[in-house]
This record gives sequence, structure tokens and C-alpha cells, in this order.
Amino acid sequence: MTRTLTRPAPLPSPLRLGLARGGIELKQFFRQKEHVVFTFSMPAFLLVLLGSIFNDAFGNSGVTAGQVFTASMVGAGIVATSFVSMGIGVAVDREDGTLKRLRGTPMPAVSYFLGKIVLVAVSSVAEVILLLGVGMLLFDLSLPTELGRWLTFTWVFVLAVISCSLLGIAISALARSSQSAPAVTNIPYLGLQFISGVFINPITALPAAMVTVASFFPVKWISQGFRSVFLPDSMVVQEMAGSWEHGMTALVLTAWCVAGLALCLATFRWTNSRS
Amino acid sequence: MTRACAWRSTLGGMNAIEARGLGKTYRDVHAVRDVDLTVRQGEIFALLGPNGAGKTTTVEILEGHRDRDSGDARVLGEDPGKAGRAWRSRLGIVLQTATDAAQLTVAETVRHVARYYPNPREVDDVLDACGLTEKAGSRVRQLSGGQRRRLDVALGIVGNPELIFLDEPTTGFDPEARRQFWVLIENLARGGTTILLTTHYLDEAEALAGRVAVIAHGEIVAEGPPATLGGRATAEATVGWTDENGRHTKHTATPTALINQLSAGGRELAELTVSRPTLEDIYLDLIGDRQ
Repeated sequence: MTRTLTRPAPLPSPLRLGLARGGIELKQFFRQKEHVVFTFSMPAFLLVLLGSIFNDAFGNSGVTAGQVFTASMVGAGIVATSFVSMGIGVAVDREDGTLKRLRGTPMPAVSYFLGKIVLVAVSSVAEVILLLGVGMLLFDLSLPTELGRWLTFTWVFVLAVISCSLLGIAISALARSSQSAPAVTNIPYLGLQFISGVFINPITALPAAMVTVASFFPVKWISQGFRSVFLPDSMVVQEMAGSWEHGMTALVLTAWCVAGLALCLATFRWTNSRS
Repeated sequence: MTRACAWRSTLGGMNAIEARGLGKTYRDVHAVRDVDLTVRQGEIFALLGPNGAGKTTTVEILEGHRDRDSGDARVLGEDPGKAGRAWRSRLGIVLQTATDAAQLTVAETVRHVARYYPNPREVDDVLDACGLTEKAGSRVRQLSGGQRRRLDVALGIVGNPELIFLDEPTTGFDPEARRQFWVLIENLARGGTTILLTTHYLDEAEALAGRVAVIAHGEIVAEGPPATLGGRATAEATVGWTDENGRHTKHTATPTALINQLSAGGRELAELTVSRPTLEDIYLDLIGDRQ
């Protein structure tokens, strides 16, 4: 086999490679049964169960428990497709040689992370569509029509996905192996769903101390943000603070974006062994 | 004259790898100590040594995957510790144990990695050269061990590299797969690609490499063509023959003269053999010295 000697061609741009990585990441994610079943479909499965078991209406508001679960579960769902997916995915990439291989090629690190961003963005949008579909079909959820609510949806979604992806990448370093990664990511995720008003509605039914703990983490604020998008304003009385607290939501999630980035930079490793 | 200029003048564009005094210490253990290595452009060079001898550390320093504690290294004219993307695009690295891309097909994987490089080879040609054409549409997780290794090679060569690092490429191969693999490597070398191979199979080094270096306890203990390594060519030969008194063996530095003397007058020597130490004998001797 002859090596063709040609004039040095320019290296492909990091952006183009990032998009190519994104395509490959999506293929791998949706072809992997474990991801599709446990990470992607689990929130919808839980929503079907919870919404069917608790189907009372909230007082005379006309809002059913199923609708509240749907709004909260949209938040929990994108935490799965960002935090859990990254936490497991990067640990697997580190263990199966993906990162080592990439490091030996002219693909820059930024393209790898761009690919992960594409994966998280696409799978999170798909997750939202799936959960809203379940809510509309089974629990008569109707989508908001006001532009303002969709603006709220957009910034909550973007801040949620960025902060949780960064935290997922950071926690993958803690996982050390792909076997322990699902436990290391799912335990905080599951615990936070219980104390953040995702599984237990309304959030005021929870002990105040638990919600105080949950308030330090993103899940509570993400779910609360989506409740403010998909539930009528009369439901605000069911919130701990009696208000949607948009300012606080933006503040906490932005702080986690910054903290997540710092943790990533401090903990990211290309391989399991130390050099 | 600056250091960089001095390098360039000694390199003269002829050596793919030039390393002087490489050292790497983990805690208190010298993994690699004072390693000198020169690999000329276009040659197949094998680094031999037992497990834990420092082969992988040496190679990883040259690949730019590991920092060195001391010494100088130039790979394709650049310092591997500092070189960038353009340099990486001229290298091919074949990993020792990778299980990545399990859910992709063989063709998808090779086509994707080809996109990283400015001048990739044709994907179909690469699959053909690696004997993977029939497996192009199969998921990577369904490949056998030997097919998986050939895919790793395909991913290492698809970027059209000038220099390929092969780390223990045929571990776990059956004899036929190894022969096929050797042909693939020889064809690459014939096309002008430089190959640095690490292996602990001596027959592999002997079949493929123009020169070998033996590394033991982090140090190079011998270097040269396999046929002359460790004084192999000049070592005493063993002449064996059988006559009416039974089997005889005699060690001699001049086997021709001995045979001439024994067969004087046209006498036929039954079961005549002349043997020299095998590469394995020499190798075991070399690493044994250091145990």
C-alpha cells in the first residue's frame, strides 16, 4: 500500500469535526440499549406510572397531579440526558479507549466536547418532546401559547443542560470505571428527584429541611422552572416560596455552570492511569 | 548554534525518530533510563522486551502521550511533548487494547476517523488492505479479536501517516492471522511508511524488522539487525553429525573448516547440521543479564 505524498492540506476545522463527532455520538447513544432504556426512556416510564397512580386534581385549580408530574419530569428528564448521560458516557470513553484514540489523532479536544454538546442538546430536546407527548396524551396537558413562557422554557433548558453536562463530565472522573459510573451518577440524581419535588408533588408536601438541602442543587430549580412554564400561574401557591422565583433559578443554575466548568477543568483526565 | 539547529543538521531529514537519554520515573522506580533510539525513515524498527521493561513508556513518550523527565526527543523533526495537530496528522497510533466504537459499523468508524486528517487514504482501500471489506457493514462489537486488531490498524493508517506506532499488534492472533498481518505491515513499509513496533514475539521481530532494540529494566541492552544482534552472527556455531559411533556435536568458530576436515575424501556426513544461536537464545541471554 503506497503512501500518497501530497502538498500539506489544511487541517479540518474544529467546528466541522465537532459536528462530525456529534453525529457519531448520537448514533452510538441511540444504538446502545442501556442508554435508550435506562437514561432516555426511564423518565417517561416513571411519568406514566406516577401520573396514573396519583391522578387527583389540585383543589379547584383544574390542574391534575399528572400535569404537575409532567412539568417536573421534563426537568428531571433533561438532567438524565445531560448529567447521567455525560457521567456514564465520558467514563466509558475513558475506559474503552475512545479518549486515548482521539488524543492520538489530530482531532482537538474542543471538537470532542462539541460532539458531546450536540449529543446532549439533541437527546435532551428529544427527551422533552417524549415527556410532553406523554403528558398531552395521558394527562391532558396543553402546551402554553404565550411567547414569554417559551422564553422561560428556553433559558431554563439551556442553563439546565449546560450546568448538568459539566457536572456529569466532572463526576465521570470520580467514577473511575465504567462499571461504577451508573451508580455514581444515578444515586445523587435519584435522591435529588425525591427531595426536589419531582416524585413528590406538590413540593410543599416535603419536609422543609429536605427542600432546603435540595435548594443547593440544580434539580429543584430546573423542575420549578418548568412548572412555571407548563402550569397555570394559579399553581404558584403550591411552591415553597409562593412564587416561581425566576431570578433565584437563573442565579443558582448559572452558579452551577461556573462551578461545573471549574470542576471539569480541575478533574478531567484522558485515561484511567495517571501519567 | 542553537539546540534546534544542531538537531536539524544531524537529522538531515533522514531519521523519523531520534531520542537521546530519555528518562521517566514513577515515584522511585526508573521506568525508562537513558534510552537512545534512532529510527530511520522508511524502516521497520522493533522494540523488544519483557512486560514491564519500559517498552510502552518509551513509545508513549514518543507518541506525545506521556511526559518525559529527562532527555531529548525528535519525532518527525518535532518535540513530541510540544507538537500540535499538524504533527499528529502525520502519525498513526495503533492502540494495544481498545474496545471503543462498539455500536458503530466498521465502515462508519474508519470513515469518521478519516475526517480528522487533512490527506486521508480512501476508506475502501484501507478496508481492503486490512482485509475488512466483507466486514464493512458489521457492528464493531461483533468482530473477532483478530478483526478488531485489524480495525485498529485501519484506524491507524487511514490518515495516511508517515510514521506508525504499533504496540504489540498481534497479541492473541492465530498463526494464519499473524502471517496476514505481517504481509499488511510489510506492504505499508514498502510504500515508504516508517514503523515502530513493540512486541514480545521474537519471530515477529525477526520476520518484519530491519533493526531491533532490546529493552530490559528500562534500558536498551542491545541494538542492531536481528541477524547480528548481540553478536549472533559471530557467535560460535554448533556442528552436529552422526556416524557409526552415534551423534556428535561440536562448538566451533570455524564450522566450514571443521566440516571440510570431517568430510575429507568425499565422506558423507549423516544428519549434518550447523546451527547458530536463535534470536530467542540471544534475547534470553540479554534480558537474563539484567534480571
